[in-house]
Amino acid sequence: MIYLKLFWEFFKTGLFAVGGGMATLPFLKAMGEGNGWFTDADLMNMLAVSESTPGPIGINMATYVGYTIGGVPGAVIATIGEVTPSIIVILLIAAVLQSFKDHPLVGKVFYGLRPASAGLISAACVGVALQVLTGVRTASAGAVNVLTIDPAVSLLNWKGLALAAVLLALTNRVKVTRNLHPIVFIGLSAVVGMLFCFAGV
Amino acid sequence: MKELWDLYITYAKIGVMTFGGGITMLPILQREVVDHKGWATEAELMDYYAIAQCTPGIIAVNTATFIGHKRKGAIGGILATLGVVTPSLIIITLLAEIIRRFSHLPVVENAFAGIQVCLCVLIFDAVMKLKKKAVIDKPTTVIYILVLLGSVFLRISPIWFVLLSGLAGVLLKNREVKGK
Repeated sequence: MIYLKLFWEFFKTGLFAVGGGMATLPFLKAMGEGNGWFTDADLMNMLAVSESTPGPIGINMATYVGYTIGGVPGAVIATIGEVTPSIIVILLIAAVLQSFKDHPLVGKVFYGLRPASAGLISAACVGVALQVLTGVRTASAGAVNVLTIDPAVSLLNWKGLALAAVLLALTNRVKVTRNLHPIVFIGLSAVVGMLFCFAGV
Repeated sequence: MKELWDLYITYAKIGVMTFGGGITMLPILQREVVDHKGWATEAELMDYYAIAQCTPGIIAVNTATFIGHKRKGAIGGILATLGVVTPSLIIITLLAEIIRRFSHLPVVENAFAGIQVCLCVLIFDAVMKLKKKAVIDKPTTVIYILVLLGSVFLRISPIWFVLLSGLAGVLLKNREVKGK
């Protein structure tokens, strides 16, 4: 029963992803790899659309992934699955709001949880960057991942690396562009991709 | 009944106006929920927002549930959440179908290949911002590096890292208290 599985996978994502939309990325990556539902490249395309359309990224991603796997019912079920843990947890907290905020245990748990969340998203970022900018791939070897080189693509994607360097400068260093909305950079990159045939076709 | 409908519609509006996520929706919430509707004070919104950031799930959904609950109890929380996800469901479903039909065109493939590079940079930027707030001393640096390496090289679910690091946080903080 695909819909039940879909609900369960997104319920888990909603329950364990702490820190908003981007924090769901490592879970979605694991979901694609574990079930064979979509590839990392598919996920990147879905993230691109989710970042550049109205709505919170996390919800857009859930809807898109759900739609890819199970059509319109899949989209609805994945989204409901992802928000269900939020609703339960927040309703519980709302009932005891003051004591939750001041409880020492909460601060302790989050002291450990925050760097872990940053680590998980960093790892997803490494995986994505290798996939997009290099010919290095992570392949499973039992319980561990090993790095391999895909002979079908060149080791370094020079056009991609050049664009990445420009974008890094524009989003961090250049004062006038630093605070622009991400959609500006996405649009710019789409145009650059088309002009310089980034997909090689 | 009217108020429940109002919650749903207002949050659907907020969903449409949110681009991206997290911090980008805060000014919209301030305008709609605090200034227009008077459903919460500025200070309450800040509290909700702070808790929403450190509890599981999507930040937008968490704040919606909070405000909905404050107005109309559990059913209000659920309706506000359904409101905030409705625009995504409609827009993404339509777009997904259009993109599926055109994704094989070379011009679309090239555009997406360019966008993928941009996403690497955007994710990197997001991580660096997050890291600044999360990695604040030696123990958190160790947790960050262990989770990063573990997640790249081991094939285990991210859930385990979340559970273990939460536990590590408690143990580390307890030891710190005892040491003083």
